[in-house]
Amino acid sequence: MQRLGLLLLYVLITAIAAVTLAPLVWMVAASVMPSGEASAFPPPFLPRHVTFEHYVRLFTGMNLARYLFNSAFLALSVTVISLLINSMAGYAFAKYRFRGRDPLFKALIASMVIPSQITMLPLFLMLNKMGLINTYMGVIIPGMAGIFGIFLIRQFARTIPDSLIEAARIDGASDFRIYWSLILPLCKPILITLAIFTFMGTWNDFLWPLIVMTDDSMYTLPVAIASLSLEHVQDTELMMAGSVMTVAPVLVLFAAVQKYYLSGIMAGSLKE
Amino acid sequence: MENRRAVFFFLAPALAAIGIFFVLPVAAAFLMSFTDFDIYSLGNFQYARFIGLKNYLQLLNDPLFWQALKNTIYFLVVGGPLSIAVSLGSALLLQPKMLRLKGFFRTAYFAPVVTTLVAVAIVWRFVYHPRFGILNYVLSLAGVPGIDWLGDPHWAMPAIIVMAVWKNFGYNMIIFIAGLQNIPGELYEAASIDGAGKFQQFRSITLPMLAPTTLFVSIITMIGYFQLFAEPYVMTQGGPLNSTLSIVLLMYQQGFRWWNMGYSAALAFVLFAFILAGSVVQSRIQRRWEA
Repeated sequence: MQRLGLLLLYVLITAIAAVTLAPLVWMVAASVMPSGEASAFPPPFLPRHVTFEHYVRLFTGMNLARYLFNSAFLALSVTVISLLINSMAGYAFAKYRFRGRDPLFKALIASMVIPSQITMLPLFLMLNKMGLINTYMGVIIPGMAGIFGIFLIRQFARTIPDSLIEAARIDGASDFRIYWSLILPLCKPILITLAIFTFMGTWNDFLWPLIVMTDDSMYTLPVAIASLSLEHVQDTELMMAGSVMTVAPVLVLFAAVQKYYLSGIMAGSLKE
Repeated sequence: MENRRAVFFFLAPALAAIGIFFVLPVAAAFLMSFTDFDIYSLGNFQYARFIGLKNYLQLLNDPLFWQALKNTIYFLVVGGPLSIAVSLGSALLLQPKMLRLKGFFRTAYFAPVVTTLVAVAIVWRFVYHPRFGILNYVLSLAGVPGIDWLGDPHWAMPAIIVMAVWKNFGYNMIIFIAGLQNIPGELYEAASIDGAGKFQQFRSITLPMLAPTTLFVSIITMIGYFQLFAEPYVMTQGGPLNSTLSIVLLMYQQGFRWWNMGYSAALAFVLFAFILAGSVVQSRIQRRWEA
């Protein structure tokens, strides 16, 4: 009886996995079908013969390499810069005592309910005045510091024993040296987690790059394929190839580092 | 540790960035929502005039606003609980100790979460294709006639909800799995010695013990779902007949397509008010429930 129940459970969870993965598998399959093959009834799930013509067309005629570069460059820059700034602040909130520390931290946490859309209009005007619309800085600047990142690092840095820091201080290490050579290495797990979060968040972000990047050559992948998909509505196979190029890098990254990613979600959900 | 210079050095970059590029814009947006900031003000800010509550009053008389609000709440009220239920359900399914390959299934369920929303929205546009879509094909096997999912005002929002649940349920599932792991096993042992059945254990142990997790999940889901944007932007452009126009999509169109930035700012603050009210109400309900 119990074995039957277990078997049914396997059938059920396998079915759910199949339904969950089907759109992604179909995306890959359709991306290597010859033009027009996906538009048939019944819809083919596997290509009759494989062609990479759509990928070639994306790279040769549609500037895809440029979008890939834009996305990768922006995601990497935001990740490196925000990691540095957030870790410094998170460490200060965790290990230094100063007047107004706790109210300031609480105010930051409370401000996380404010949806980022509110800032977009004035931010656009500000960056416009600074001549940063349609530049990489226009995407990097608003991502430089993040309250969630500061929070994650503070929670983690608090678990570092004060005695370690005191010992380093007695050895004559400066404040910066303690942060750089002691705290950062100790915070490695949370830094990796946060790096993955930030990289993927920036890579997948759509609304802000859509607003800031007004010129085709500055588009990130999501903005580029959204714009392509509104122009080439009939080009199913081409669009699927574009989607694969957008999704594959983050899926591969996730597969490589999923332990850190999943533990980060859990860390973010734990209360004080 | 007390060292003012060090504290300043460590905090200044973050606080400056947050102050200039977050706090200041929030304040500016608030002021802007009381002005008629538009395309003419874009070149010269002095053309913007203070018009009091006019934007907010105009909102109340704007049928598009009510439509967007209705659609967003529809998405939230149907999609939110549905996606939380699917998350909890899948976390429970992956719970049994004898189950092998848990990691594989967890990864499979989670995969849509890390995908790029715009890209998978394009994929789903074809899943919902009235003639060649997989969904209609599967339904046709069961004898159900084809539906123009994204072209029919009654079906477009449900279609977007289903895609959003698919995209998001893995995230909350992970949080629920963590919550389930924190429930002490002795509770279940004691309950089964007392003769409590599986369902009763679920109702009187699992659900109450998961209450804080559920509150957290509900709040982040609500905040996220209020900000519905990319799905309708890519899949329906807010149509058909505005049936998938969301508040953020309307805000985007007003602010960055028509450059009615004062009006758009007012919309942004209405969105914020709803998110704030929703968070407060949910915490209250939960607190009363726990007491």
